[in-house]
Amino acid sequence: MLRDITLGQYYQTDSVIHRLDPRVKLTSTFVFIISLFLVKNVWGYLIALCFLAGVIRLSKVPFKFMIKGMKAIVFLLLLTVVFNLFLTPGTPLIQIWKLTITKEGLRTAVMMAVRLTFLIIGSSVMTLTTTPNNLTDGLESLMKPLNKIKVPVHEIAMMMSIALRFIPILLEETDKIMKAQIARGADFESGNIIKKAKAMVPLLVPLFISAFRRANDLAMAMEARCYRGGEHRTKMKPLIYKRRDRIAYFVLLAYFAACIGIGRL
Amino acid sequence: MAIIESKNLSFDYIRRDENGNVEGITRAVDDISLSIEQGDFIAILGHNGSGKSTFAKHLNAILYPTEGSIYVDGKDTRKEENIWDVRQTAGMVFQNPDNQIIGQVVEEDVGFGPENLGIPTKEIWERVEESLKAVGMYEYRKHSPNKLSGGQKQRVSIAGVIAMHPKCIVLDEPTAMLDPNGRKDVIRAARALNDVEKVTIILITHYMEEVIYADKVYVMDKGRVKLQGTPREVFSHVEELKELRLDVPQVTLLAHELQKRGLRIPDGILTMDELTAALKMGDICH
Repeated sequence: MLRDITLGQYYQTDSVIHRLDPRVKLTSTFVFIISLFLVKNVWGYLIALCFLAGVIRLSKVPFKFMIKGMKAIVFLLLLTVVFNLFLTPGTPLIQIWKLTITKEGLRTAVMMAVRLTFLIIGSSVMTLTTTPNNLTDGLESLMKPLNKIKVPVHEIAMMMSIALRFIPILLEETDKIMKAQIARGADFESGNIIKKAKAMVPLLVPLFISAFRRANDLAMAMEARCYRGGEHRTKMKPLIYKRRDRIAYFVLLAYFAACIGIGRL
Repeated sequence: MAIIESKNLSFDYIRRDENGNVEGITRAVDDISLSIEQGDFIAILGHNGSGKSTFAKHLNAILYPTEGSIYVDGKDTRKEENIWDVRQTAGMVFQNPDNQIIGQVVEEDVGFGPENLGIPTKEIWERVEESLKAVGMYEYRKHSPNKLSGGQKQRVSIAGVIAMHPKCIVLDEPTAMLDPNGRKDVIRAARALNDVEKVTIILITHYMEEVIYADKVYVMDKGRVKLQGTPREVFSHVEELKELRLDVPQVTLLAHELQKRGLRIPDGILTMDELTAALKMGDICH
């Protein structure tokens, strides 16, 4: 049951998008999302669609993997569409009982739906083509300026990567504890929600204790290997912009300019 | 010069209640003086709670002596400015392989130590390659540590320490959680490092079979060194070892029992070959 959770959704293949610097991908996703909220007409959305389709094509990731990400927001999507459809005032189009669909409502509803869909697919492309590790490196590097205002950027990135490393270990441990408790007659399956929640206590307590013990051991092992925070630290895999990254930035700039130029008319 | 020099080293664990009042003091290490030469293979034996792990943590400046002092490569571990030098000189491998691997890929984990030392990128890669080759894990460099066996993980941990170019490696019960095959691999890797690279190895363990190759063995009990000497010398004290709740290797035990029954066999038999040789000799005399 717990093993089904797949960590991240990285799709292993070799493509231009996969090889791009994570910083490029993070910035692009950010810019893409901003552009979605800036465009106002059909042409803008068409440009966004072309851009997205192009990137998906280049990434060599099967389209069905992108759709997977959509499942999580189907409800949100429907809700937004319904509310926008019925509650926007304007010229009535169709009237069913007390509910009125207006022309403006229909327009906003469609726009919101398209926006959300693009947004989710766009960020899926990033997570599908970047390993969690790379993503952390990219974030650390992009957030570096925040160091000046005393944000512990390196520490946050280190925590993220340690968390990623320990999730499978803790999952396995949960499984083990669960089996041990089931062997002693614990019941995790039956009963209502409250009963099920209560049944989790004998699972969570040993899990927390073990997690703390592991954290203690790991801290000691890190100190023993001379870890002393981000200062004086070199990188085994430093992020260096290559030619393709510069080209990607250029393409991104062109896209954004097109969005502003045409999409906001 | 001795790489490790401890003088009357003692360490107290202080237990406190919720208000921070001292509830009790446990003396984990009690007046240990020893010196270890560069290039030696040292084994420290002891039952659970004998203080052997506590002593090991002093070698890496994770714990500081309550009384007495310890010098690693001539540096006092208690001085704040020495701590990073000490930790680089004496690398440490711990018991649980899962809780000491930081990287999500084998090569990244091995690179973690050199990264902390501020080594240039190009040299990090060279060090990672040579260390992984030294423990025979080079072909696994792109793997996730979660997919390796216990013995393999422990060898990766050793590689992570070697990559920092220490003069001395402290292995704190590295095989306690491994199966017999994993145990053999880890000990073989440690011995190879000692033979080839002349790295001082300090192996802390309670498996007797692992210490027969050591240059010197220390047996600890209740925080004190009870026996010391070459494996042969130590294992000739079978009765004392039994009192300390330590097993002796089966061959040694058999030789000891035979000796008690009147066979003329020398003390401190360590291997099967030695025993057969001794029995053949003894046969004639019998």
